[in-house]
Amino acid sequence: MSVSADAAPPKSVVPFLKVKGEGAPYLAGSKCGKCGEVVVGTRDVCGKCGNRKSLEHIKLANTGKLYNYTVVHRNFPGVPVPFISAIVDLDGGGTLKGNLLEVEPDPAKIKFDMPVKVVFRDAGRKDKEGNSYLAYFFVPANKGEMR
Amino acid sequence: MTDVYVVGTDMIKFGRFPERSVPELGAQAALMALDDCGLTIQDMQALYSGNLFEASGGVGQRILREIGQTGIPVVNTANACATGATAFREGWMAIKAGVYDIVLCVGSEQMGTGLLGGAGGGKGIPTEGLLGSGTMPSVFAHVGLEHTRKYGTTFEQFAKVSVKNHHHSTLNAKAMYQKETPLEEVMGAEMISYPNTKLMCSVNVDGSAAAVLCSEKKAKELGLMKRAVKVRASALSSDPYTSRNIAMMDFNAVTRLAAKTAYEMAGLGPNDLDLIELHDCFATAELVHYENLGLCKDGEAGRMIDTGETQLGGRIPVNVSGGLLSKGHPLGATGIANIYEVTTHLRGEAGSRQVDGARIGLTHVVGAGSACAVHILEKV
Repeated sequence: MSVSADAAPPKSVVPFLKVKGEGAPYLAGSKCGKCGEVVVGTRDVCGKCGNRKSLEHIKLANTGKLYNYTVVHRNFPGVPVPFISAIVDLDGGGTLKGNLLEVEPDPAKIKFDMPVKVVFRDAGRKDKEGNSYLAYFFVPANKGEMR
Repeated sequence: MTDVYVVGTDMIKFGRFPERSVPELGAQAALMALDDCGLTIQDMQALYSGNLFEASGGVGQRILREIGQTGIPVVNTANACATGATAFREGWMAIKAGVYDIVLCVGSEQMGTGLLGGAGGGKGIPTEGLLGSGTMPSVFAHVGLEHTRKYGTTFEQFAKVSVKNHHHSTLNAKAMYQKETPLEEVMGAEMISYPNTKLMCSVNVDGSAAAVLCSEKKAKELGLMKRAVKVRASALSSDPYTSRNIAMMDFNAVTRLAAKTAYEMAGLGPNDLDLIELHDCFATAELVHYENLGLCKDGEAGRMIDTGETQLGGRIPVNVSGGLLSKGHPLGATGIANIYEVTTHLRGEAGSRQVDGARIGLTHVVGAGSACAVHILEKV
């Protein structure tokens, strides 16, 4: 990501993408101490079993596999098309929707279960106050930023 | 508990009526349903009104201003694409509970045009097209491609759903469109979200539908049993936990849950059904619901559309009204419009699209969020 040193640090595009504090940005998740289910986001109650006592807040993996996708050709005005809307199962648990980059937006070129990496980049959109935002994206596992 | 009957029902021809208000549309269908059973608003003990986009606007009360302010209780419902069916179900439940003997249920909606859904909005920056896509064509493209992933279902098989339903609508004067769409035209139409082309997306239309529900005792008193259709089952579900639910909206588990509940309540199964109106908001959706409703085994939906089992004259006709794809999909009205369609067939009054000898039918709607309603109707 490219943010100049004197600019304000970018904000997170969604609550479960953590950008503040020490270290690299990460995706926050929760793991149930009772049933073991891992979900995206910081939760205190398990949606699967209802456990309220032992949810561990964890960092989700930055790698996963493409579960599902669609190639979007028509969208709202101002949204660049085509793009790939991808559903990714993260290694170790949690499923996430996001844009898959660096793959041709052609169903013939997109393989179910292809390994992907999660990368964090500038969203390319600013809010009304001119704040920058950091977003997450998927890229094929053999491409993208090394971290 | 009493059995509950549909004694009157009708719908307006779906279309675009920007110059009219939602309550005006609802009032029109309400009066048509009352006329269908020869009753008036003075005979109704409660009104259940389904509308989504004006959910805080007291649509039910405003309908009564158009057709008679009798002071009866009004319940306004909003439940995604299950809104109309939820209003119907609330009416059914009140009669089941013995609170009322006869009630009016109305669904109405004005849609405008364009894409529905989209991720984000509110705080920060819009996330549509940044964190994937949350438009309805995309959400249901994901639904379809999950089926492709599991069973190899093809673009062409999904497209055949649109060919079938558009064909059915040529026999339904109340559908938005009455136009054949050959396979090449469906597949060659503008791609919205692969594999859903424009002709594989339901039509945003304005519309309304209504039904008068009645206890058995009251229906007999009023002499309305001859054309009455019994509600054999009414089921409503929310999406049970599944591991991908948050990223990929669930329409499968929620439908299976409602279907199971409805079949158990009716004491019958999918093989007993003569026709089905199911939630074909996109062509991809219809195929997955064949399996979710148990019309075939998992993985066989592609074969069902290939062999024509679900077209009029086939083993189990699906969406002979033209479906949401061609009849149109005014969200709050759709659930009751499905009831109207199935009731019309069970009464043997469906004209050129009549499913011969239809005795038992099922209606299904499922809305993003998720909410699913299944009703099973029988002509006794």
